Amino acid sequence: MSPAFAARLARRELRAGKKRFALYMSAITVGVAALVSINSFRENVMSSVHSQVRSILGADLELSHRNAFPVTIDSLIDSLAHSGIPVSRVVSFGSMVLATGSERAPRLLQIRALDGNYPYYGTIATEPAEAWLSFQNARDAIVEEAAMLYLDTQVGDSIAIGNISFRIAGVLKEFPGNLGIRAAVGPRVFISLRYLDDTGLIRFGSLARFRAYMQMEDHHAVELFLGDHDEVLDANQIRYSTVADVEADLSSVLDRLARFLGLIGLVALLLGGIAVASAVHVLVKEKLNTIALLRCLGADQPTVFAAYTILALFLGVGGALAGAMLGIAVQASLPRLLQDFLPLDVTFSVQWITVLSGIAVGVWVATIFALLPLLKIRGVSPLRALRREVEPTKQKRDLFRWATFAALVASVVALSMWQAPEPVAGAAFATAIGATTGLLASIAWLMIRAAKKFFPRNASYVTRQGIANLFRPHNQTISVTLGIGFGVFLIATLHLTQGSLLSQLSVESSPNRTNLVMFDVQADQREGLEQLLARRGHPDLGIIPIVPSRISKVNGVTVEDIMSDSSAGRGDRWMYTREYRNTYRARLSETEVLTAGAWWDEESASDAPRISIDEDIAAGLNIDLGDRITWDIQGVELETEISSLRRINWARFEPNFFVVFEPGVLEQAPQTFIHMTRIEDTRERVQVQRSVVGLYPNIAMFDLTNIQRTINLVISKVGVAIRFMATFSIVSGLIVLVGAITTTKFQRIQEGALLKTLGASTWQIRQILLTEYATLGAVAGLTGLLLAVIAGWALAHYMFEVAFELPTGSLLFSWILVVGLTVLVGLANSRAVTRHTPLATLRELSE
Amino acid sequence: MPARSADGGSSRRASPPQAHKRTPSQVYSIFLPMIITENLEQTYESVGRSLTVLRNINLCVEENDFIAVVGPSGSGKTTLLGLLAGLDLPTAGYVSIDGQNLSELSEDQRSKLRAEKVGFVFQTFQLIPTLTALENVLVPIELLPTDRVSGNDLPKRARGLLERVGLGDRLDHYPTQLSGGEQQRVGLARAFANEPKILFADEPTGNLDVDTGALVADLLVQLNREMRTTLVLVTHDQKLASRAPRIIRLEGGEIVADTKAGQS
Repeated sequence: MSPAFAARLARRELRAGKKRFALYMSAITVGVAALVSINSFRENVMSSVHSQVRSILGADLELSHRNAFPVTIDSLIDSLAHSGIPVSRVVSFGSMVLATGSERAPRLLQIRALDGNYPYYGTIATEPAEAWLSFQNARDAIVEEAAMLYLDTQVGDSIAIGNISFRIAGVLKEFPGNLGIRAAVGPRVFISLRYLDDTGLIRFGSLARFRAYMQMEDHHAVELFLGDHDEVLDANQIRYSTVADVEADLSSVLDRLARFLGLIGLVALLLGGIAVASAVHVLVKEKLNTIALLRCLGADQPTVFAAYTILALFLGVGGALAGAMLGIAVQASLPRLLQDFLPLDVTFSVQWITVLSGIAVGVWVATIFALLPLLKIRGVSPLRALRREVEPTKQKRDLFRWATFAALVASVVALSMWQAPEPVAGAAFATAIGATTGLLASIAWLMIRAAKKFFPRNASYVTRQGIANLFRPHNQTISVTLGIGFGVFLIATLHLTQGSLLSQLSVESSPNRTNLVMFDVQADQREGLEQLLARRGHPDLGIIPIVPSRISKVNGVTVEDIMSDSSAGRGDRWMYTREYRNTYRARLSETEVLTAGAWWDEESASDAPRISIDEDIAAGLNIDLGDRITWDIQGVELETEISSLRRINWARFEPNFFVVFEPGVLEQAPQTFIHMTRIEDTRERVQVQRSVVGLYPNIAMFDLTNIQRTINLVISKVGVAIRFMATFSIVSGLIVLVGAITTTKFQRIQEGALLKTLGASTWQIRQILLTEYATLGAVAGLTGLLLAVIAGWALAHYMFEVAFELPTGSLLFSWILVVGLTVLVGLANSRAVTRHTPLATLRELSE
Repeated sequence: MPARSADGGSSRRASPPQAHKRTPSQVYSIFLPMIITENLEQTYESVGRSLTVLRNINLCVEENDFIAVVGPSGSGKTTLLGLLAGLDLPTAGYVSIDGQNLSELSEDQRSKLRAEKVGFVFQTFQLIPTLTALENVLVPIELLPTDRVSGNDLPKRARGLLERVGLGDRLDHYPTQLSGGEQQRVGLARAFANEPKILFADEPTGNLDVDTGALVADLLVQLNREMRTTLVLVTHDQKLASRAPRIIRLEGGEIVADTKAGQS
C-alpha cells in the first residue's frame, strides 16, 4: 500500500469534484449544527445556572410550609433574625384582584406579601425605579407587567385585594429567577406583609404558602444550620431549599430538556449519515472505471480503498467543521427561542469541548456510514479497464462488511445513549430508530413486491415504465423510502401529539363544558353565590365540596412511625405528609374509571366509611383494597376503608381528587366549595366576576378561556422549540432525497438517451419520472404518516393519557405536500436526463 | 457477454502443470523470455453453463519483441491480454512475466508487478477524468516504490514524455478538453511513464479516425523502439498489425497462426 499516493489521489479527486461533494458535506453539516447548537446551549445554560443560582432562589436558604409556621419554627426564625442574619417572610397565595378604575374582569393573580429585604441576590427592576425600595412603607403594591395589561391599569391607580385596596406604586419589569412563561400563567403582585391580615384572604382552606428566606454567610453556614435543625424542621413538615438544591433541581430539569431536544438533533445527524451513504454509493459507482484503471496500472487494493476513504474522511471533517460553525451561530439564537422556559439569562460563550465533540461525532458518523458503500471498491476488478461489463464481485461471507455493519449499529446505540437524558432512554431511542427503520424498509420491500405482483399491465407505456422503475435492478426505492419516511414520521408525530394535547384542553368546542370555576367558596357564601348566579340565569354545572384533611394513620400505624421507619421509600414521603383536598360524591366523574373494587352502589360490609383512592397514590402509600386510612380532619380523627381504586385522567381540565368519600360522612365537616358554571357572553362573564369579587373577595375565579389561551401559548412555545430542532431533520431528509435520486441519475440519463433515440419525447420521459417519483413519494409519505399515527396514538394513550385526535384533513394535506416535494426535487434533479441530447450521452457511454 | 467474475472470483485458480517437475522459469533462466504461457485456458461459468473463451494457448515472447494479436470479435484477444497482464487468473495453464509465475502471486503482488514492469494503452484511452494530462501521466510513476524514483524527477519525466508526444503545451488540460487523438497520446505518455518492460496495447487506434490513428500508431512504434519495450498489441487493424514483426491470429479461443515477418 502506498499512503502517499492514496493521499495525493484523494486530494486530486477532491479538487475535481468540489460541487458534487457539497451534498455529502451538507448532510453532515446540518446534523452537526443541530448537535453542536443544542449541546453548547446546554453547557451554557448549566454554567449560567451555576453562576446565577443564588439569584434564582434570591437567598441562601428557604423554609416553607403550607400553613403559618408552627410556634417552634417561628421562634427559630426569630432567633436567627436576632443573631443578625437577614430574614424575610413571604406569604404567597392566589387571589382575585380588581382594578377599581377599569371595566375589566378581576383576575386571579399571585399575591406575594413580604417583609425584609428579600430577594437578597439578583436584580430587581421596577418603573419607577425607586418603587421597590419604598413600597413596603405604605399600602402600596408592585404589580408585574403582564398583570397591568390584564387589569388595564396604570401606576398610581388602585387595585382591590380582598377587603382593602392598594395604590400601584410601580410596575415590576425584572425579578430574580424570573420565568417568562410564569408571568403569563400567574403574574405577581407584591404587597407588604403588614397588610396581609387586613385583606382577610387567609382563611380556612385557602391555598397559601408561608416562606422564610435567609441570607447566610456561605453554604457552610447553611449546612451547619440544617444539620442542627434537621429534625425539628422534619417534625414540623417544613420544606427547605438551599442554593445547592435549587441548582441540582434546575440543572436536572434543563439538562433533560436540552438532551431531549438533542435527540431530535441526533435524528438529523443520522439522516445525514444515510445521505452520506447514498452520496458515497454514487461516488463509488461513478469511479468504478477509475478504480479499475488504477488497479490495472498497478495500484493495489488497499491503496485505492485508502484513497477514497481519505476522501470520505476529509469531506466528513469539512462538513463537520462547517456544521460546528453553523451550530455556534444557531446557538446564539436558541436563548431567544427558549427564554420563556429559562429562569435565568443565558450567557453566550463558545463551548469548545462541545464543539470538538460535535465535530468528532460528525466525522465518525460520516465515516461509518461512508464505509459500507466504500467496501465495494475492494471488489472492483482491474479487468473492468478492458471490459466495461465486468461487475464488482460480492464476497459471500465478508467479515469486514459485517463488522462495519455491527460498528454502525453500535455507533447509533452509543450516540443515542450519550445524547439521551439517561442511558435507558437512549437505548429505547436507538431501538425506536431501529424499529422505525426496519418498518420503513419492510414496507418499501413490500411495495416493490406489490408493484411487481399487481403490475398494471394495461396501463399506458409511461405509467408501466415509471412503476417498473421501482423494482428495476439498482433501484433506490428502499433508501428513498427510508429518507422521506423518517422525516415525515418525525414531523407528523410531533404534529399529532401537539394536536391531541391541544384539543383535549379545548373549552369552546363543547357547549356544556364549564368555562368559569370558582374556588374557595365558604359554607356561608354558598347561598349568596347561588342566588347571584341564578338571578342572572347562569347554569349550575356542579358544586364540589372540598374537605382539607391529612393522613394521621395507615392501618393503625401513625404517619410519624411510618416516617421514622427507614424502610419506607423517601420518594413517596409527600404522599403521607401532604394536605389532601378530599371530596365526597355519589357518582364517578367522566374523567375517571374504576380499576379495582366496587363503587358505593354495592352493600358495604365494612363498619368504617368507604373511600375511593387514586391508584398511583395507593401504590405510593403501599396500600390496597380493604386497607384503612385514618384522616385528621381539622383535629377530628376519622377511620376509613378503601373500597375502590380509580385511574384519573388529569389532562382533562376539570377538578379531580385523589380521594373521594362516600356521601353521608363528611357533610358536616369544615369544608369549602367549588362552583362551576358556563357563561357564554364574554362581557357578562366579566360582570359576574366583578360582582362576585365585590361580594366575596376571597373566592378565586378561573376563567377557563383565559387559562386555555395561556396553555395554548405555553404549548405553542414548546412546539416552536421542538419544531426548530425538527427543521434540521427535515433539511436532512431532503438531502437524503436528493442524494438517493442522484444515485440513479446516471443510469437514468443513459436510459433517457436510449429512449429518445428510440423515439420517446422529452415529455414522455418526464412522465415516466413523474410516475416513479409520485409513487415513491406517495408510499414513503404514507408509510411515514402511518407510523406517525401509530406513534401519536401510543404517546397520547400511554404517555399523556389523552384521547387521540386524528386530523384527517391536515394529514391528507401533508401527504400531498410530501408527494409534491418528492416529485419536485426528483424532477429538478433529473433535468440532465431530459436536457442531454441522445448523441452526447451515447458517445459518453461508448467512451 | 455474461457478467464476468473478477480475479479471485468464481473461476478456478490455475496451478502449474503437473507434468513439469521444473518450472519454465528455471528452464529459461539464462535467456528468460519476457512472457511465457503454457496450455492457457479460460472458462467462464454462466447460468450453469461453462463457456471456454481461450484454450491451449502456448506462447513465448522474447524481450524487445513486438507481437500483434489479431482475430475476429469474440476470438479471445482481450481475454488473452487480461491474462497476460495478470488482471485475472486463468482457469488452467500458466503465465509468467519476466520470470515470475503469476499464479503464485497474490492479487496485490500482481498489482505491484504491473506497477513496476507493465504499461497499458487502452482502446477507450481510460484517462482519469478528474486529473490533468500531466497528473494522468504521473500516476504510474507515483505508484512506483519511492526508491526507484526521486521526487524531483517525477514531473520532469512526465513533462518530457508529454513533450515527446507533442502535448508539451497541454499539460494542465483535463481529458474532456482534449481531442480523442490527444487523449490517446496522453495515454501513450502514461504507458511509458514507469519505463515498463512490457507494454500491452488494446486496440490503441480503435477509437480514432484513420489519420489520427496512423499518427498514434507511429508514435507507439517509435516510443517502443526508443524505450526497448516488449510490446503486445491487440488490434483489428490489419495495417497496424502488419507493422509487427510477429502476428498471432486467434480464432474461437485458439491460436490458428503464428507468423513472423517475412513468412506468409
